[in-house]
Amino acid sequence: MSGPETTPAEVAARPTPAGIDPRGPRFGAAVTAVLLAVVLLLGTSTAATVLLAVIVASFAVGAVRGAQGTWQGWLFRTLVRPRLAPPTELEDPRPPRFAQLVGLVVTGVGLLLALVGVGVAVPVSAALALVAAFLNAVFGLCLGCELYLLGLRLRSRAA
Amino acid sequence: MVRVLLLVVVLAAATGLGLWWRARNGRYAAVDASLLRRDAGTPDDDGRTDRLTADDLGAELGTRATFVQLSSEVCAPCRRTHSVLAGLVADRPDAVHVDLDVEEHLDLVRRFQVLRTPTTLVLDAQGTVVGRLSGATDRRHALAALDAVPGSCTDGVAAR
Repeated sequence: MSGPETTPAEVAARPTPAGIDPRGPRFGAAVTAVLLAVVLLLGTSTAATVLLAVIVASFAVGAVRGAQGTWQGWLFRTLVRPRLAPPTELEDPRPPRFAQLVGLVVTGVGLLLALVGVGVAVPVSAALALVAAFLNAVFGLCLGCELYLLGLRLRSRAA
Repeated sequence: MVRVLLLVVVLAAATGLGLWWRARNGRYAAVDASLLRRDAGTPDDDGRTDRLTADDLGAELGTRATFVQLSSEVCAPCRRTHSVLAGLVADRPDAVHVDLDVEEHLDLVRRFQVLRTPTTLVLDAQGTVVGRLSGATDRRHALAALDAVPGSCTDGVAAR
């Protein structure tokens, strides 16, 4: 995570990657929240684990390509955005991508634990990820903003 | 049935969390006055003070107040907050806005117990941290912070 050096004045002025429609990641979070709710309803069954694996794979794609590169992002572009007014402002794709990474870690750990026999990890990780996706979709909470600094502090303390 | 109940409980908890987060996000919180009354310029055991200087910030302090915004790369609300504060100080010649990247100012993050971005420290004319805006802020909250800064200046150009 060692980005290019920037001076303080450049924080806001630095060139940013091409902006994305901020409604896209929120729509994607809503779709993911529904899937996670279904995982919760499926309990500790095999179907729950399979669906969680699908969600983990989506988060993995999002963590690499950004939220706009997931199938939820594709759904938004092809089905939802044509029916909406053009966005009033564009958003940097990096914060939603960080949120995808957080989702990947939470659901990924749950899936791994389930695969080694800890079945209850499926609903627990689904519930945690559901809370995060719900807050993102409904309240527009930026998970990266809340967690990034904690991670940075822990990492620099360990270093 | 138990699973449906579990889902309802999880969603209710998320809603409560979201409402609580939204209610306090970006609001001005003053530093406890009893803490402020200690002479802020006196160094503590580590030789540090509760004051920030132009050297710390790389910019001159405002004559009434300085907003020291701490931002991170992975933070869209930081940019919105940046434009709110930049717009405010454009109308207020006695206030200054500085936007710092947390990665390069971990010392400030530790010194002032900053836990999330954006967090905006509010400084008085001497550089004493008198309060903070935690989370994405809007013009209303920023103006409230400006009004709350102790100081002799009373001209409220855009204060209403």
